[in-house]
Amino acid sequence: MSTHVHTYDALVVGGGGAGLMAAVYLTRQPGLRTAVLSKLYPTRSHTGTAQGGISASLGNMEEEKDSWEWHAFDTVKGGDYLGDQDAIEIMCREAPEVVYDLEHMGLPFSRTDDGKIAQRRFGGHTRNYGESLVRRSCYAADRTGHMILQTLYQQSIKHGVRFFDEFQVVDLLIDDGECRGAVALELRTGDLHVFRSKALVFATGGYGRIWEITSNAITLTGDGLFVSARCGVPLEDMEFFQFHPTGIWKLGILITEGVRGEGGILRNSEGERFMERYAPSLKDLASRDVVSRAIYKEIRAGRGIDGKRYVHLDATHLGADVIEKKLPEIADFCRTYLGIDPVTDPMPVQPTAHYAMGGIPTDIQGAVLAMDGSVIRGLYAAGECACVSVHGANRLGANSLLDLVVFGRRAGMAMADHCEAAELLPVGDDPAGRARADLERLWATAGKDGEKAAEIRREMSELMMSNVSVFRTEELLIEAKQKLAELKERADRIAIDDPSRAFNLDLTEAWETQGMVALAQVITECALNRTESRGAHSREDFPDRDDENWLKHTLAVLRDGTVEIGYKPVSFTRFEPMERVY
Amino acid sequence: MRVKFKIYRYQPEVREEPYFDTFEFDAEPTDRILDGLNHIRWQLDGTLVLRRSCQHGICGSDAMRINGVNRLACKVLIGDVGARITIEPLMGFNVIKDLVVDMDDFFDQYRSVLPYMITEQPPPEAERLQSPAEQEVYDDTTKCILCAACTTACPSFWSNRDFVGPAAIVQAHRFIFDSRDEGTDERLEVLGERDGVWRCRTIFNCTEACPRDIKITRAIGEVKKAIALKGA
Repeated sequence: MSTHVHTYDALVVGGGGAGLMAAVYLTRQPGLRTAVLSKLYPTRSHTGTAQGGISASLGNMEEEKDSWEWHAFDTVKGGDYLGDQDAIEIMCREAPEVVYDLEHMGLPFSRTDDGKIAQRRFGGHTRNYGESLVRRSCYAADRTGHMILQTLYQQSIKHGVRFFDEFQVVDLLIDDGECRGAVALELRTGDLHVFRSKALVFATGGYGRIWEITSNAITLTGDGLFVSARCGVPLEDMEFFQFHPTGIWKLGILITEGVRGEGGILRNSEGERFMERYAPSLKDLASRDVVSRAIYKEIRAGRGIDGKRYVHLDATHLGADVIEKKLPEIADFCRTYLGIDPVTDPMPVQPTAHYAMGGIPTDIQGAVLAMDGSVIRGLYAAGECACVSVHGANRLGANSLLDLVVFGRRAGMAMADHCEAAELLPVGDDPAGRARADLERLWATAGKDGEKAAEIRREMSELMMSNVSVFRTEELLIEAKQKLAELKERADRIAIDDPSRAFNLDLTEAWETQGMVALAQVITECALNRTESRGAHSREDFPDRDDENWLKHTLAVLRDGTVEIGYKPVSFTRFEPMERVY
Repeated sequence: MRVKFKIYRYQPEVREEPYFDTFEFDAEPTDRILDGLNHIRWQLDGTLVLRRSCQHGICGSDAMRINGVNRLACKVLIGDVGARITIEPLMGFNVIKDLVVDMDDFFDQYRSVLPYMITEQPPPEAERLQSPAEQEVYDDTTKCILCAACTTACPSFWSNRDFVGPAAIVQAHRFIFDSRDEGTDERLEVLGERDGVWRCRTIFNCTEACPRDIKITRAIGEVKKAIALKGA
């Protein structure tokens, strides 16, 4: 196995929205050598599938006033008071600035009649601290994420960012509490590359593939979290994973909240608009955890459509014009995958594993924090793989695109500053040694008898869907924990089919599977540990929020295959915890 | 339904020449072609290689020839193409392994048209204004996902790989007709050269191949017209 060595000042791992935003801002520092590593071509990243919008209190719609403080309140409340308010204030205050920044980079936002950026309603976004819904989500039809990804890729090219496409990161070089670079597998050749750097940011995205029904790309396997956790980096709030209420039944493909933002309605088998019972004020546009739980309850009560595990999302009253102009992608999905037309037929939807609120803990500059709260020098994280935490226990719609541009930008600027002052740190004699051993062990199994990665993934994702999803109990979680321990043992005995070096998808999928099982164990352990219900973490055996004991973040560290748990306080600035009603 | 996938294989580490492999199995008519390929990879033969990510037609990874036509494997249902399915890599690119082709030249051609906003004027503090009508002019070409289905369906590209290709022209169109952009002259110069838009013979293969239903031939026509008008 050949090993190559590269040296850069700044290294970006992941070519989605957060990574590219960091890269664009790194290029604004003259003389800095920046490279982006991505296991995909960057334009394949999952940011591109985000549909509905990016939130910012522009107040562009017909004199409808908005303010960043209202946005901050909604975000705090949406996150069930677990979000760090200092970070939330920064995100909401900087939102208009970054949206204008994207527009200046050429992003083709949908426009109002007077040529301003158009905005639409989204779940949980209100005026005057919960009074009524406000139009805060800036959008480009229903392909906002696609346009953000394209625009940032264009800017990266314009500013000469060096890309290493189809390089998959398999190890991180941390020594003495300082990050010195990363090790990546070049998919095309099967060679290993050591990338030395002064500053490195993980922007590797989420891990929805741990669940059976998910909106996430097949490549969203949590690599960045797994690689970090193996190096002793803690993971924060892993028990909080969002199930988006409206995935296409069985497929999990997302139907944007923008459908409800434009007036779409959820109905059960009796045709009833059931959200009126669960959230009398915001109804279908209550926050996602609330709506997903309501759908599960309707299904349990036998009011799923035809007794099956889905309900209807009805947009038939919006008219062909609104659907074709504002939701063209959704119409296309329905026609392609379901053979139905949303103009005339309701869409079959079920909650789908969508977004990780938890992740690699960072400060407001994106710098990664160790268990004791100290900064791991030279290591940053941004986007879905990071936990700042701005989303707390549940993320509001249109806040993830915002998170990744705000904190991608902050990480890029902080890294540029760090590189100015920092020296390139030495690495050991064989920095790729551990990664090489891991991969060669897998390679050596080619053609031999052993466990199949695909079978382990199937069992893990079904288990997580039934036991560690929208509703949880101690019994379900203990069962999951036991079965995951068995799956972990089996994952260590995976045998692959493909012995070749170039483009060995069999090998990378096996490696990703081992990582996902480890993350599933962390998630389950954290969910078992938190004996309250808050945001997306809903324990039926502990149905109430318990601020006295649990108004704190979880930190989990992997040590020799076991999970150690610690805590971190929540930052408060202006919003005291209140009862959360929509 | 019982389906038969006949798949182009190229495994240079094992065998010098490409060959076809056949797999028969049961599938649902509502399964995507990609589901069929994943089934093969996960149950029958783990050595089969392809690119894939989002699985719903947005990321542009899995463009390939399905029964001779360029499509995204995740946007075609098995029931829509029938029980006998032939899968081949995109034409006109070098094959690296099985269905994985070398995209380097494709992205180089994309870069050659300066695919980014070029402005001289410093931006205002808030957004630049642009009316819905001004946006409508280039809205269609912003949908491009760089899957290369169009470029590799183009006979002009097959016969001359230096042709910049429909995808790059689509990306240029998106800026040329954007009222905010000021780089039109530079882009029209690139596209007016020997291997630019004039290699297009208006065959419409690109438009038919586009999984995003972009009216590519029309967009190329608009770029040709802009160059002609500029020359006049």
